[in-house]
Amino acid sequence: MSGSDRRTEAIYLDYNATAPVKPEVSEAIAEALSITGNPSSVHQFGRDARDAVETARDRVAAMIGARPEDIVFTAGGTEANNMALNGARRRRLVISAIEHPSILRAAESIADSTSRGNEKELEVLPVDSLGVVSLQALDQVLGENADDVLVSIMLANNETGVIQPVADIATLAHERGALVHCDAVQAPGRIAFDVAALGVDMLSLSAHKFGGPKGIGALFVAGAFDLEPLIVGGGQERSRRPGTENVAGIVGFGVAAQLAAEDLQRAPHVAAMRDRVEQNLSEIDPNVIIFGAGAERLPNTSCLTMPGVQSEMQVMGLDLAGVAVSAGSACSSGKVEPSHVLRALGLPDGETGCAIRISFGWASRDEEVDKLVRAWRAFYAGLSARFTSGVSQTSGSGTAVGR
Amino acid sequence: MSGGVDSSVTAALYAEAGYDVVGITLQLYDDGAARGRSRACCAGQDIHDARRVASHLGIAHYVLDYEDRFRSEVIDDFADSYLRGETPIPCITCNQTVKFRDLLAAARDLDADALATGHYVRRVAGALGPEMHRAHDHERDQSYFLFATTKEQLAFLRFPLGDMAKSDVRRHAERLGLAVAEKPDSQDICFVPGGNYAAVIERLRPGTAEAGDIVDLAGNVVGRHAGIIHYTVGQRRGLGIAATEPLYVIAVDAASRRITVGPKAALLCDRVVLRNRHFIDRGAESRSAGDVTVRLRSTHPGAAAHLTLLENGAAEIRLAQPEPATACGQAAVCYRGDKLLGGGWIARMERTAELQQASAA
Repeated sequence: MSGSDRRTEAIYLDYNATAPVKPEVSEAIAEALSITGNPSSVHQFGRDARDAVETARDRVAAMIGARPEDIVFTAGGTEANNMALNGARRRRLVISAIEHPSILRAAESIADSTSRGNEKELEVLPVDSLGVVSLQALDQVLGENADDVLVSIMLANNETGVIQPVADIATLAHERGALVHCDAVQAPGRIAFDVAALGVDMLSLSAHKFGGPKGIGALFVAGAFDLEPLIVGGGQERSRRPGTENVAGIVGFGVAAQLAAEDLQRAPHVAAMRDRVEQNLSEIDPNVIIFGAGAERLPNTSCLTMPGVQSEMQVMGLDLAGVAVSAGSACSSGKVEPSHVLRALGLPDGETGCAIRISFGWASRDEEVDKLVRAWRAFYAGLSARFTSGVSQTSGSGTAVGR
Repeated sequence: MSGGVDSSVTAALYAEAGYDVVGITLQLYDDGAARGRSRACCAGQDIHDARRVASHLGIAHYVLDYEDRFRSEVIDDFADSYLRGETPIPCITCNQTVKFRDLLAAARDLDADALATGHYVRRVAGALGPEMHRAHDHERDQSYFLFATTKEQLAFLRFPLGDMAKSDVRRHAERLGLAVAEKPDSQDICFVPGGNYAAVIERLRPGTAEAGDIVDLAGNVVGRHAGIIHYTVGQRRGLGIAATEPLYVIAVDAASRRITVGPKAALLCDRVVLRNRHFIDRGAESRSAGDVTVRLRSTHPGAAAHLTLLENGAAEIRLAQPEPATACGQAAVCYRGDKLLGGGWIARMERTAELQQASAA
């Protein structure tokens, strides 16, 4: 089979990395590309562009129950996360061990640059074996008075899909005077949420996880909260994010936000697909481990093991069989990094090193579950056969688990 | 696929011939760290180049993270070997472990029928199964670095460049529109950019480079050195000692941290003792002795010798004509004609009584 055949038949089960753009979004973007004006210009052309941006802002705000003026468009979730952590200007940062690298690295970088003497500027909260952030640990870390603290906890984890108790976290943090940011990049279209119910001060979004284009996101910033910009040079986005707006991207984001409600209606069906995968694979081998299975999870995400087979081999083997899934967080080189999220669960490397993530979304179909299960079974059986014949020594199964 | 022209052409030729080709690049070390740049991406330009070539060819491409095993199997051994006063060849260890053991197993796991590499060697069908032969272009031949290949590995391996000159390979690269056609050959050991071994070892094993004496053949102290890792047997430059005739490093003794120097004639040896011998050729392993051509360095054209197998995986090579000593840790690789028999790691090189008498006379 040649590479192109493979691609046409391939199924996509990696929505947590990015989702296919919805056709309505593509159409809206194509149309928006022909908007000539700069949204900051005073003439008719400028007003048309401004109108497109503000309509999209209304839609994004509506999706999360925010006021439009509290939405700052960014170039994606990573920028929104960086902007929140840097812009809040709080001396102490409290995050969790399972945050996205854009939170982890940003927090480390801020802590490095502000560290004075022995004072701890960054606290990383542990999670339990299901991958849920410990409220008790947060309580201890915050202490009596935390008005110099920014707490940043994700709404749902990108690898396990486990939903975090953000509303409880926000209540506790606010009692002690802390600010709260939430990375909600994986949530839209998958679980219903709004910023008022969560009670957070800031919240990050990214369009491409739910049918919007890549390279556009937003930071929700509650009320008149004075956020320091990351970059300077213009008055756009109320001076919080200078630079001429990505009008087409923003328009696409707005349409995707509007359509997210449809996805929520379909969420039980997506969950059923996910559950069927987990049930079928567990029937093939009862030793399959499903991470976070006992916790509240996103309906679309499954993180599970093929016992004794390294994650990267599974991803390659399934890809060659036309099934796209992922392992760990892929860095820009394409190499698979060890998963800090699964490590944080405190499980042996032999288990976490054999995990892959399967994530469904708006275009997923029932027959894709069957194809995944067939491919998984065939790859696993083939490996076992080759291993039994004594050929594979190191990367097949048994001996070379983990890192 | 290393991102270089050789492995790129290897992949391209098989893709062109209609095979279902999967490109694999090994992430072996942190390129940024190796070059002293902490903020560089974990992957270097070479991985980027390999991906572009694979994409151009329309083949699947993956990066396998072998950093941990490369560190434990190759880099650690490299550093420790230098500290023992040897001059190791990490490329052989790498081929022996991460490439032809681990990568090959990964290829089998992906249900591949063969693993093709861009090495310049030939795989020739013989009466007793596939044989490894020197490349058509002896200047390019890499069989020295592959002497530890096993029969089982060789059965699964393919080397399409073994019959080609480098210029042929570059022509293929241009013909196939590969962006790496003009890319220069890599010269250094991959994790030692710029060839500064001592700096790498200092980083890997801080504080282990201790100063010591430089002595002449009679044992007189003639100078000081800043650590044995800076010296290799046969080295002439950088000794910093004034003498009437050119001086060479004759011996490196790790225990006493002593470097012995002397005239070129003192380097000559005619007996080589090998450890961890590995002979892919059944004939060589079944006979206890035989005449062979031996190469004592990767650049050595070869010398007539007599091979005798010893106990415990050792072997003895008696050279027909004395040769300048090669540092311990290098490989001695045996051939009959172009056919690779196998070889081993140089444990010591000696002067037999006959040679001592001859040079005294």
